[in-house]
Amino acid sequence: MCLAVPGKIIEKRGNKAIVDYGGVRREADISLVDVKEGDYVIVHAGFAIQVLSKKDAEETLKIFEEMLKNA
Amino acid sequence: MLQLRDKKIADEILARIKKLNLQLKIMHVCGTHQDTIVRYGLDSLLKDCGIEVIQGPGCPVCVTTTLEIQKAITLAKNGVTVATFGDMIKVPAAGTSLQKARAEGGDVRIVYSIDDAVKMAGKGEVVFIGVGFETTAPSTAVTLLNEPENFYVLSCHRYIPPALDALLGMGEIRIDGIICPGHVSTIIGMEPYKPLSCKYEIPQVIAGFEPLDVLMAVYMIARQIDEGRHEVENEYIRVVRPEGNEKAKEALKEVFDPADAEWRGFPIIKKSKMALKKEFEEYDAEKRYEDLLENIEMAEEAKGCRCGEVLRGLIYPQQCPLFGKICNPSNPVGPCMVSIEGACNIEYRYKND
Repeated sequence: MCLAVPGKIIEKRGNKAIVDYGGVRREADISLVDVKEGDYVIVHAGFAIQVLSKKDAEETLKIFEEMLKNA
Repeated sequence: MLQLRDKKIADEILARIKKLNLQLKIMHVCGTHQDTIVRYGLDSLLKDCGIEVIQGPGCPVCVTTTLEIQKAITLAKNGVTVATFGDMIKVPAAGTSLQKARAEGGDVRIVYSIDDAVKMAGKGEVVFIGVGFETTAPSTAVTLLNEPENFYVLSCHRYIPPALDALLGMGEIRIDGIICPGHVSTIIGMEPYKPLSCKYEIPQVIAGFEPLDVLMAVYMIARQIDEGRHEVENEYIRVVRPEGNEKAKEALKEVFDPADAEWRGFPIIKKSKMALKKEFEEYDAEKRYEDLLENIEMAEEAKGCRCGEVLRGLIYPQQCPLFGKICNPSNPVGPCMVSIEGACNIEYRYKND
């Protein structure tokens, strides 16, 4: 139920946007997030619930490696 | 994301956990976490490091009470169009289910999103069965703020932190740490967990859903325990902001009030259900169809079903005598075998060969 999938905003249409999930495109509601075209969002049950931070995604692995080093 | 399945890093995290030499029982409250844990065999890998991980009341369909499902079935049997997420329709209640009601002529629709249900309401009244935690409930809130026509909600939405509080307060099992659900936390942020870490001196870590996310969360909990700390930490920084999603939180606050409610397997949990505020009662299915719904009495649970204990983390699915025998995904006795987020369903899908 709380499964949410990352996708890319292709085109904004008011409160809705076309989101691309690795080739599959579907409309999602974007009224809960501030997004621009090209942003990555996490979509749950047809609603984007957060903007995915690419920087933080890249950082995650780095943090993992550093945490292990410093442990 | 594939990098978050890297075996070398996984082995290294596991080695670190093992080195701490702790015997811990960690609970999580999310079907998607359970799926990751069982699918990638993390449960047995962690067991070898002294860590037991168990799923608590983290499956919205599973914690929905028999009475709530009876209400949905009653609506369907009385000619009301009922729309809901797929998992709900097979949950047995009082010897029937939404699926059976549909087979008997009831209009029960499966939707992917509440939006699909709103579109149906153009042609006649629709009741949406609002199931789900803080992740899902904002979509219901936003929908009602847009003033849909012919549209009603039977709210079964619930808040996660009060359930954690109830579970820890009951003290039936030892829980050393909690893996907090990543997408509930995407909405609520870190703050609502903090009073629990204080009150019960328990570490909590918000985690993502890749195998390394879960392993790292376990390691972060183990490290807190090793260092004598009990804090709320966030492993899922690529999605979860400390403050959560302000717009979604605001929508929830505008539309819902916390109400005391039962959860399957639990006694009444204070302020745990999202009840529609008075200003939104024109959308409340319980009010619109009061004559049909007010006098329903909750039916007894199916005989022998131990979903309640599974949801409180007291037993593993295999400890239920019905598991894999008379209870399986094609013929589920209880909701934990129905929902793809239920512990029994996940266990059966990946391990029952």
